[in-house]
Amino acid sequence: MSSLSATIQGVFNEPGCGKNANKSEAERKKGCTKQLQPGGAAGGCAFDGAKIALQPLTDVAHLVHGPIACEGNSWDNRGAKSSGSNIWRTGFTTDINETDVVFGGEKRLYRAIKEIIEKYNPPAVFVYQTCVPAMIGDDIDAVCKAAREKFGKPVIPINSPGFVGPKNLGNKLAGEALLEHVIGTEEPDYTTPYDLNIIGEYNLSGELWQVKPLLDELGIRILSCISGDGRYREVAYSHRARASMMVCSKAMINVARKMEERYGIPFFEGSFYGITDSSDSLREIARMLVERGAPDELIGRTEAVIAREEARAWAAIAPYKPRFEGKKVLLITGGVKSWSVLAALQEAGLELVGTSVKKSTKEDKERIKELMGQDAHMIDDMAPREMYKMLKDARADIMLSGGRSQFVALKASMPWLDINQERHHAYMGYVGMVRLVEEIDKALYNPIWEQVRKPAPWENPANNWQAKAIAQLDAEAAALAANPELAEKARRAKKICNCKSVDLGTIEDAIAAYALDTVEGVREKTNASGGCGACAGRVEEILASLSRPEDILSIPALAAAE
Amino acid sequence: MAKVTIGKKACAVNPLKMSQPIGGALAFMGLRGAMPLLHGSQGCTSFGLVLFVRHFKEAIPLQTTAMSEVATVLGGLDNVEQAVLNIYNRAKPELIGICSTGVTETKGDDVEGYLKLIRDKYPDLAKFPMVYVSTPDFKDAFQDGWEKTVARMIEVLVDQPGNAARKDPSRVNVLPGCHLTPGDIEELRIIIEDFGLEPSFLPDLGGSLDGHIPDEFTPTTIGGIGVEEVATMGYASWTIAIGEQMRRAAEAMEKKAGVPFKLFDRLCGLSPNDDFIMFLSSISGRPVPMKYRRQRGQLVDAMLDGHFHLGGRKLAIGAEPDLLFDISSMLHEMGTRVTAAVTTTASPVLARVAVDEVLIGDLEDLETLAKDRGCDLLITHSHGRQGAERLKIPFFRMGLPMFDRLGAGHLVSVGYRGTRDLIFGISNLIIADGEENHEPTPDTWRTPAGLAADAATAVSTH
Repeated sequence: MSSLSATIQGVFNEPGCGKNANKSEAERKKGCTKQLQPGGAAGGCAFDGAKIALQPLTDVAHLVHGPIACEGNSWDNRGAKSSGSNIWRTGFTTDINETDVVFGGEKRLYRAIKEIIEKYNPPAVFVYQTCVPAMIGDDIDAVCKAAREKFGKPVIPINSPGFVGPKNLGNKLAGEALLEHVIGTEEPDYTTPYDLNIIGEYNLSGELWQVKPLLDELGIRILSCISGDGRYREVAYSHRARASMMVCSKAMINVARKMEERYGIPFFEGSFYGITDSSDSLREIARMLVERGAPDELIGRTEAVIAREEARAWAAIAPYKPRFEGKKVLLITGGVKSWSVLAALQEAGLELVGTSVKKSTKEDKERIKELMGQDAHMIDDMAPREMYKMLKDARADIMLSGGRSQFVALKASMPWLDINQERHHAYMGYVGMVRLVEEIDKALYNPIWEQVRKPAPWENPANNWQAKAIAQLDAEAAALAANPELAEKARRAKKICNCKSVDLGTIEDAIAAYALDTVEGVREKTNASGGCGACAGRVEEILASLSRPEDILSIPALAAAE
Repeated sequence: MAKVTIGKKACAVNPLKMSQPIGGALAFMGLRGAMPLLHGSQGCTSFGLVLFVRHFKEAIPLQTTAMSEVATVLGGLDNVEQAVLNIYNRAKPELIGICSTGVTETKGDDVEGYLKLIRDKYPDLAKFPMVYVSTPDFKDAFQDGWEKTVARMIEVLVDQPGNAARKDPSRVNVLPGCHLTPGDIEELRIIIEDFGLEPSFLPDLGGSLDGHIPDEFTPTTIGGIGVEEVATMGYASWTIAIGEQMRRAAEAMEKKAGVPFKLFDRLCGLSPNDDFIMFLSSISGRPVPMKYRRQRGQLVDAMLDGHFHLGGRKLAIGAEPDLLFDISSMLHEMGTRVTAAVTTTASPVLARVAVDEVLIGDLEDLETLAKDRGCDLLITHSHGRQGAERLKIPFFRMGLPMFDRLGAGHLVSVGYRGTRDLIFGISNLIIADGEENHEPTPDTWRTPAGLAADAATAVSTH
């Protein structure tokens, strides 16, 4: 496992990651191995993350080495689309049994690779390591190497057993595997000054195709997309691109940065969600390509396309604006989407009442502040009951989120729209934006809401479950309001650092007792932000607010989480 | 008499099988106020959770002990303890059901021992219902996890009635296999109650995953059988087990509480339902209600109507053993020829499937067999959609997961009425396929000399 831990260390050393760069050397070594909370955790594992990041490579056979749970329970569940091969949708697993656990699963893995190559002959086989074979010591690197030599085909080990960390770490480990084994191993037939890489885009619901026609029109060639609708060979020769656009920084920043370092390919982070963002991204792509040798005229042509597309999109959206007046949206999603979708919604005239920042980086949060103003309602972690109340109190008219929290909205008889990976519609680029607006309109104005909110004719409306749930929440709030001591206790008990389990009271006490004024100081005395470091920003906010004690409840992150 | 063979491949392609721990977790979801907990790394739970959400289209309670690399090596006592405490304090469940996974089994965590330590350390938990089941991922399949978990629930949760305890003649226990949907459970409840009997279903997915709007917001299961009702199941006069997989659980009930059992290995089809209805009639001492006499007539009529379409069809079916046996037997009785059968795990019932050979394998095997043997109807769970598309044959979804169609939880195949509707469903699919893909054209029966030869070779290589 030494090479795996070295890889993980390498990922944590990522200088392109702001969060990491701000940490001391010692902390960086500890990395992002945030201790997950037993009995209170949700979300995928590192294997899940690695598979998600690479599976949209459509002509590759993705072989999962492990017991049936890892592939049998999860295959064929993502809506990436392919313009060619469909082998990525085939589930391959070694489905190891007790005998393999006792005697080792390497032989079975080797035979599995052989069977796949003989039967399906893909350009490459990706082998994913999972927890159980990692525990019993199966050396997938060695097996892949042996298979590569024997069959003369790339067989790529993806070392990402689930227990090494969360999904996001798995995304990065997948990127490392590409960097180590794939990128730079082949040469394209020809190159042009218009060759672009797109990194961290997965072509869910075929979204990439909403933008590709514009790039085609401009003569910009997607040399490789990592990994949406990607081909193995394209990734292998992606090091010949002139510039890269990084779409999801959390997942693939290591790939973008190391390609810059190794091959001199400059990159920028952009988004195709929302009209302004799409235009900005097209502009940036053109600018970078010109800088790297493409003819100047590209910029003018790009501006012309932007002007045309924006005009079209605005014209299509305009009729909806009066319908959206006064409508409020609650946005519960992760990372980059918390600001990229936000911009899109504001363009349609919707009012945002809150956005989740649970998975967002500090930069993501800054962008949200730019878009929503300083008092942005950022939600760190919201219990389903609170989401429900928010919808119920009509502080929001619709919730946009991933599939897991959909039932909070639906059971509250409130409109809901899926904007995560299981969604059925594509929302990228100018056409996608119009589509999103259409879908929101459909959800908001569907007559069923009136129907489903009607109580049964024999039911006492004051005594239905919705009323009871609200009464329960109100009673809790009233109890806190009536009892300042209790309220203070509840306020102080608010967890600031989840990794090290440090509450607000402890931090405040330490700041007062030792006259602390830096995050480092707080960390030394209380251990807060000594884990993943994600709460450093909140500690900063607490430090800032303590110089103005009357403001403490107005810290957005805290107030939201109360 | 079917021969059961086990696939020899090193690589499972397009798995039909799902893992044992999530089978166990689903069984726990049939208890009210329950929180199933998988002792493993986060992904083990996450995959199961997503699978169930997509199938039932409901919020699913499922937690994890979130084993990290280090915790896995050192042992999971701390994680189990923290998980139990967190769930107990936050979700306020009535029961925590714990299933092990491949990771924690490979390490060899003694969870039963952990629970004892935890109960000793926290007096609040001393009597709190916690059930642990060993369900390694690298062994057995979904159905086995369900089967072991139900048996274990009976061993742990059912009270042993005193010798003098009198059985209640109107109470019956029902142990449904995991091939029954919440809709099936509801149908059985109605039938049994119509005989004046009071059924206790263990587990009762009908109450928890039938897609109703809950009265209160809760992080645990929203319905199902209560722990206190399970405790009194020993006072019932009969146990009805449905599916061969439930034999072990029924035996456990008999051993612990002396309740005799009757096992129905299938409840789809005319004759098994005749047996079932007559059994209910005999234990209740009541005549068969007019309603079921009429429903029986409707089923017979449906069989007559359906046999034109189902008769002679060559069926390829992939399902867990009990579902495979249940559905293929009914279709066999309708004149369908079971031509390719693939399943996930061993079971005595497989020998009785009306086919020469049942293969324990994957969907690639099923697709290959279906192609080689010219099957013209495919029945399996939603993952079969890609194969059906390639084979260009009608595809009927049955089993779990069914993520690309609505109403998976409400599909009914038990009882006279359920069988009737299933026959209509499959027949209509075949009729629609005929209209859409096999409408004759002026050239359909034209066989010019040259073309005929080509067509013949095409068929033989197909």
